[in-house]
Amino acid sequence: MSAVVRLVVNGHPVEVPAGASVAAAVAQVTLRFRRSVDGAPRAPLCGMGVCFECRVQVDGVAHVRACMTPASEGMQVVADA
Amino acid sequence: MNGTAATFDLIVVGAGIVGASCADAASAEGMRVAIVEPGPIGGGATAAAMGHLVAMDDDPAELALAHYSLRLWEAFVDLKEAEFSRCGTLWVARNDNELAAAGQRIARLGAAGIDARLVDAAALYELEPELVPGLAGGMLVPREAVVYPPRVANHLVQRAQSRGARLYAGRRAQSLQRGGVLLDDGTRLSGPVLVATGCALPALLPMLPMRARKGHLVITDRYPGLIRHQLLELGYADSAHGDADSSVAFNVQPRPTGQILIGSSREFHANDAGVSPSMVQRMLERSFTFVPRLRELQALRIWTGFRPTTPDGRPYLGAVPGAVDQWVAAGHEGLGVTTAPGSAKLMLDLIQGRRAAIDPAPYSPQRMAA
Repeated sequence: MSAVVRLVVNGHPVEVPAGASVAAAVAQVTLRFRRSVDGAPRAPLCGMGVCFECRVQVDGVAHVRACMTPASEGMQVVADA
Repeated sequence: MNGTAATFDLIVVGAGIVGASCADAASAEGMRVAIVEPGPIGGGATAAAMGHLVAMDDDPAELALAHYSLRLWEAFVDLKEAEFSRCGTLWVARNDNELAAAGQRIARLGAAGIDARLVDAAALYELEPELVPGLAGGMLVPREAVVYPPRVANHLVQRAQSRGARLYAGRRAQSLQRGGVLLDDGTRLSGPVLVATGCALPALLPMLPMRARKGHLVITDRYPGLIRHQLLELGYADSAHGDADSSVAFNVQPRPTGQILIGSSREFHANDAGVSPSMVQRMLERSFTFVPRLRELQALRIWTGFRPTTPDGRPYLGAVPGAVDQWVAAGHEGLGVTTAPGSAKLMLDLIQGRRAAIDPAPYSPQRMAA
């Protein structure tokens, strides 16, 4: 069993340890996770599923909380979609 | 009793979209205007509304008022506060019967001067790829739009104030009196009165029947481009104008931010403003049958509101029966935002004794005094 998970963030291949969150994977590529309605850049604040600032698109599903989602093999993640 | 009363050419009671429009129109004519509003500007049905500017064609009088008003709304296209978005309205037909009925509606709208086009199934899915497969087609009304009603109401009140109108904020009109109105703090305002208090009309004018018709709305997170037009089922009028105690209809709207408003529900005899989970479920299931992808979206908030509903579905626009210098503009049900500008113009024409641009007779409150 591999201790490393490979996924794609904004087109870039990323490796994280098994059990890491999508937020940890996105942070390797960008800290611009999403944009506010006025266009301001946003990134994880609470890291525990409460603030909703870390939302990204995962496998085509919008507004997934990156901090609460374990990274998995082959995942396609789009930040700042 | 206070000694001297402040005197105005028109005292507008209620600052929802209708009262705000009347105050704006009156101040534009140079009248000295007072506005009395106990709550936030546009805080009642105006804030609960979808803000869809739409012509309904099943009542010729309502269609005339809507068409008149839609032309006046064109003055708000570039107003930042209006958040005007010309998404158009797409009425969806489930079968050939509904599509045939759409043909008749297109003829009626066309006769009134409103551009509406028949859309076949292929064109329907080009316009809205997320609609459920198997629909027959629809009717596109491309010039219709959506706005953000409470900000418009606020803008209109501010514009009236900039012309000298006086806002009595946080004050309730306690009673109508000969030649004016008494406020809840004992202040007496003197002058002709225009009552635009929507569902609260019976408190001041109990002779004009008014029922509150509850509605629910859901707003989602932002999903830009998922839907592009205000979408309704062609059977919508059956829900909107039927008299069933409760009904739901598919009616969803793309906000300019990418959020999606999901409606609609209608209930008489529901006086509690709380969200009813069973009505929300019925309403959402209805929307999912037309746009299955909606099921996957995240809702942010659910709220309710009350439509001011007259017995015949037409607003009261005109003189209060049996009274002197008392006017009423209320009871627009679900079309208050659409028809506010035309209602205000009509009211000012009546108050000033001018010939109105459209026939005011169908809206005369006198019909309730017969």
